[in-house]
Amino acid sequence: MADIHLAETSLPVGGQELISTRWWGMMCLIATEGILFVYLIFAYAYLGSQSPGAWPPAGPPSLALSAPDTVVLVASSFLLGWGARRGANKARLQLALAGTFVLGTIFLVVQGFEWAAKPFTLKTNAYSAIYFTLTGFHMAHVVVGLLMLLVLMGWSVSGRLNRHPECAFLGTLYWHFVDVVWLAVFTAIYLFPRFS
Amino acid sequence: MAIEIAQDLPASERRKLLDIWETAPGIYGWLATVDHKKIGVRYLCTAFFFLVIGGVEALLMRIQLAQPGLKLLSPEAYNQLFSMHGVTMIFLYALPMLSGFSNYLWPLLLGSRDMAFPRLNALSYWVYLFAGIFLYISFPLGQAPNGGWFNYVPNTELQYDPGINIDIYSLGLIFLGISTVVGSANFVVTVLRCRAPGMSVNRLPILVWGTLTASVANLLAVPAVSLACFLLWMDRRYFTHFYVISGGGQPLLWQHLFWVFGHPWVYALVLPGMGIVSDALPVFCRRPLVGYTLVAISTVSTMILGFGVWVHHMFATGLPVVALSFFSAASFVIAIPSAIAVFAWIATIWTGRPQFKTPFLFFAGFILLFVIGGVSGFMTASVALDWQLTDTYFIVAHLHYVLLGINVFPVVGGIHFWFPKITGRMMDERLGKWTFWTMFIGFNLAFFPMHLIGLMGMPRRVYTYSAELGVGGYNLLISAGAFLLAAGILLLLVNIVRSRTLGAVAGPNPWDAPTLEWSVSSPPPPYNFAVIPVIASRHPLWEDRLDETTDRSTVHGGLVLDEGKETVGVTVLDAEPDVILKMPGDTLVPLLTALGMMVIFCGMLLINFWVVGAGAVWTAMVLLVWLAPRDHAAKERPAVHG
Repeated sequence: MADIHLAETSLPVGGQELISTRWWGMMCLIATEGILFVYLIFAYAYLGSQSPGAWPPAGPPSLALSAPDTVVLVASSFLLGWGARRGANKARLQLALAGTFVLGTIFLVVQGFEWAAKPFTLKTNAYSAIYFTLTGFHMAHVVVGLLMLLVLMGWSVSGRLNRHPECAFLGTLYWHFVDVVWLAVFTAIYLFPRFS
Repeated sequence: MAIEIAQDLPASERRKLLDIWETAPGIYGWLATVDHKKIGVRYLCTAFFFLVIGGVEALLMRIQLAQPGLKLLSPEAYNQLFSMHGVTMIFLYALPMLSGFSNYLWPLLLGSRDMAFPRLNALSYWVYLFAGIFLYISFPLGQAPNGGWFNYVPNTELQYDPGINIDIYSLGLIFLGISTVVGSANFVVTVLRCRAPGMSVNRLPILVWGTLTASVANLLAVPAVSLACFLLWMDRRYFTHFYVISGGGQPLLWQHLFWVFGHPWVYALVLPGMGIVSDALPVFCRRPLVGYTLVAISTVSTMILGFGVWVHHMFATGLPVVALSFFSAASFVIAIPSAIAVFAWIATIWTGRPQFKTPFLFFAGFILLFVIGGVSGFMTASVALDWQLTDTYFIVAHLHYVLLGINVFPVVGGIHFWFPKITGRMMDERLGKWTFWTMFIGFNLAFFPMHLIGLMGMPRRVYTYSAELGVGGYNLLISAGAFLLAAGILLLLVNIVRSRTLGAVAGPNPWDAPTLEWSVSSPPPPYNFAVIPVIASRHPLWEDRLDETTDRSTVHGGLVLDEGKETVGVTVLDAEPDVILKMPGDTLVPLLTALGMMVIFCGMLLINFWVVGAGAVWTAMVLLVWLAPRDHAAKERPAVHG
């Protein structure tokens, strides 16, 4: 390996993005949370593959609410990405944070209607159990994401975010992660039964 | 201000660093410290405490099993004891003990002043402690987990196990999983970023490779068991049908999720132990480890293969033959990297000049036990043989040879080896040798005959056996061996307690070892390194005598970072310095977070969502304080040669 030359360069203090240890910490969080959803989807697929009857028992779930809701969540990711881009000004970031918060809340409310419209409850059978658990775990992550957006908004207003732009960057990473997870959950629960 | 590069540091400068890094005195400092050395020692002591508890549980079982048909323990008491013995040894002793070593040693081995996330380090300890307490909460009530450490459903569903025993198990493991994951993330980021300049990936000590591999595996494996436990808790308390056949659930889902976690976990329990041997054994052979690169690669490949062998715990569950063949083959293949490491150790002893000190005895003993445990593992990788042996004492023998052989023996050797670094005093050599022979003979007396009684058909997990089986004599021998092994642990304890105050003063490098931790005083100062060293080889303290290249590490010269708690961050592969990292000081935030989590889990146990909510709000508030970015004066500092 290369020898180290302690040249007359300057070193940043704390550092941004990949230089900061916080970025790596966030990646570890995303890895371990991501694998949790892999195991959840594994449980869903395993229960489905071993199911004696049809899976889902009442046929593939309707896309009437879930498909537009997916669009809403994906749009929120693009909005936040636009607002938190490097060099973006404070007003744009705050607009994006507020907009993402609204879109995320809409997603949750629509999911609430989706849950309420289901003819089964948690106790009905294995499908109902894994359906509510898998979507519920995802919704819990959205709630955490929304709280995080609120905190970022507060820090932005108080000016703290100007001095620490890496926080907005990390928050954006987490929000994107939550959205990508939804695409996997959506594919497993809503799309896959239609093609199998 | 410039970053200075100093050759030698005046006393005033050391005083300044001490003021910056020293933990506050008194009870506040005790609760608020984030010093990796203090946290490491706590891990070691707590894990040792759990080893003693788990050992006492084992002795009670061995009294019960000493003769056929004894009624000393009721079946229910026996179930709780063997479950808590497994849970304690596997979850509360084996990994935390290794985390203790790694926590204490990593920054010293890597040339850093602390872990990447010191507060996360404190959090992982507090959560571990509280989860340990949580798991033992119901023990006095006679309601401890009683479904084995593997906790198979449907036996552990509410219908068959109506107490809180299994809820304690499920919630306790989820809680403990948080500690494991948090600690693992910290290890991963530390090795990627917090090393001395020049400590490139091909110069990392093998212990670092072992713990890094184990940590990555934990990040990916622990969520499986946490999920399995959560689903079980839902089944028991919310009447879902994950594992219950009646609603389309699958009992085997538990086994899949549990062993997807369980088998990588076994490697997480042994790879750092093997790393201890790979680093410390060569010191007593007076030469570098043979085949460093191969051993490092075999460490990583063992873990990669380790994710593909979980079904060998499920050969007897009626899975399709194709699946069994695949997992059987993978289980055979995994012997190859293990064998590479074994041959590397043997070659190191063979070509070195062995010094028969206590740590050497433990490491050499470990190699023998590992080979025996490895061969019995190789045997059970065969489906045909496994069908005969599963659920017999042969498996008990195998898993104890593996877990005690590759975990306990390296750990006890490691305690003898690094005790002088931690305390500044040597352990007694005579007593150490007595400890080794007592433990080694006791261990083999206790566990080797289990192979035989397993082959003779004695089933495991049953509280007694009939005299007709003809294994009473063997069992008496096994129980005697278990007590001898326990006596060895007692000798170790006596040696530790005596040597702490009476041992000979060690000095910085009593074993004449090559790695960085031996370049600082014993015990090390709170800031570890007065100046950050620059590393040029795998053996910074042996360079002159090995003379492999003309490059020399400068262990007593390098970056001076004294404007607050600071250490250097480096690039991932080549370890070029690229950032000055600000480190947090004493804080109660980790403890308060762990307390909030404890409230959440108690609320879940009581099924009281007011308590859960209060704990969640409390935890969220503390996290808000924790995560708020702190301002520091400079954005950038120029580096200047001294």
